[in-house]
Amino acid sequence: MLTILGHLVESMVQQAHKDHPVETCGMIAGSLENRLPQRFIPMVNKAKSTDFFEFEPKQYLQVWREMEQRNEVPVVIFHSHTQSIAFPGRADREFALDPNIHYVIISTTSEQKNCVRSFRICNAEVIEERIKAVASYLPVLA
Amino acid sequence: MSVTINIPAILQNLTHNKKSIKTTGSSIAEIINTIEAEYPGFRDRVIADGKVHRFMNIYVNDDDIRFLNNLDTKVSSSDSITILPAVAGG
Ligand SMILES: [Zn+2]
Repeated sequence: MLTILGHLVESMVQQAHKDHPVETCGMIAGSLENRLPQRFIPMVNKAKSTDFFEFEPKQYLQVWREMEQRNEVPVVIFHSHTQSIAFPGRADREFALDPNIHYVIISTTSEQKNCVRSFRICNAEVIEERIKAVASYLPVLA
Repeated sequence: MSVTINIPAILQNLTHNKKSIKTTGSSIAEIINTIEAEYPGFRDRVIADGKVHRFMNIYVNDDDIRFLNNLDTKVSSSDSITILPAVAGG
């Protein structure tokens, strides 16, 4: 299950719509200790494509350095599908190498509008997980 | 000459959980071969067909080596090398 602040889900959906029809992408960082998504990081899609995304390499290195300094890890990696349902495609499964990461996909097609789904991916196998949007992490941390 | 390489979390199972490795070599290819000798299996995760693996990014200081000389990119002792898993998909 992905437990996540509601406003972070909103931010992902908003960014996906802003970038539509190009695929959006980004990360949500959190502390290594509790792996709760906290800091929203929009990323530049170097591919600028309607059916592919790739973190812009220089920005990604910069963001990685910031995260190291703050003792953060990528908790969520998200991207949008602008022409298909919110389910990992072949390239998504190939590139998803970290079983600890929640891979979130937002579909912006007219039929699927605002459909947000989360997956764990391990050895190219996909397991969908529930998204639990919360107003605060205090009950989770208690 | 010694250089430091930052290892991404997903490869740390191969490097005995080390986040960074000090090693020697004057190019990225040499450095990766040196690491492979100590941590077998490492090379195949970062190189494919004589180039950086498409699932990885390798940086010398601030630059992705795909935009330098790929594996032939030269390094010197003050350089910082970082390997990150490429984040991409369809
Ligand atoms: Zn995708």
